[in-house]
Amino acid sequence: MTFQEIKKILKKKTVGIAGAGGLGSNCAVALARVGIGKIIIADFDYVRRKNLNRQYFFYEQIGQKKVFAIEDNILFINPSVKIKPHDLKLNTENIPGIFKKCNVIIEAFDLAEMKQMIIETVQTEMPDTPIIVGLGMAGWGNNNALKTRQAGNLYICGDEDKEVSDELPPLAPRVGIVAHMQANMAMEILLKNN
Amino acid sequence: MNIILNNRPETLDIEQLTIQELIEKKNFTFKLLVTKINGKLVKKENRTKTPIHEGDDVAVIHLISGG
Repeated sequence: MTFQEIKKILKKKTVGIAGAGGLGSNCAVALARVGIGKIIIADFDYVRRKNLNRQYFFYEQIGQKKVFAIEDNILFINPSVKIKPHDLKLNTENIPGIFKKCNVIIEAFDLAEMKQMIIETVQTEMPDTPIIVGLGMAGWGNNNALKTRQAGNLYICGDEDKEVSDELPPLAPRVGIVAHMQANMAMEILLKNN
Repeated sequence: MNIILNNRPETLDIEQLTIQELIEKKNFTFKLLVTKINGKLVKKENRTKTPIHEGDDVAVIHLISGG
């Protein structure tokens, strides 16, 4: 498939991204670069200096709401992407409504409790929508531990092992790899189901 | 009984068990899990009443923070 053909298919697709942090901001940018039609992205937080070790924001954006900052950054790269930012905290009640038109959902939270919440909500309320989660990406090195596995409509990217801690922080290279694995998996699903 | 557990073949010396019993038997002590049988979600509150059958493809996913 040529890039023109890929873009023609992806232009008709909508991806939902739950979180605009390390996973969400990098995944959104990758999907924007390949010409995804629409990105629906939700986050309640604002950009902090400490986020810049891995998240797709700039120093001057510190203090801005993440969803609006990532909207600006995506439009700098590809102004034809439609973006629907939601400045709110996702929960079991609002997830089905916000993401109902999405062909694929990317889980991009940091906390394990939130990961569990969105997996159970999407798989119960919208079982036909594939969800791609990031699981295990703390620290550095160990490239070959990062992998993808599938259980029905649930796709898991990461090492499924390394949890974030003071001694094992989330950092640009490994979080970026997993964010791009999620984007890559989304492309595979969207191009296959065309 | 033979099943697939997290993509690996697993032989259990028992004829009948629920997914909750499997979690205990395998010592999956993690507090945050997502469980699936043959690709279908089994919610936390249903684990004690959901049986596993011969040949089932079972996924027990350990949720960890980071993103």
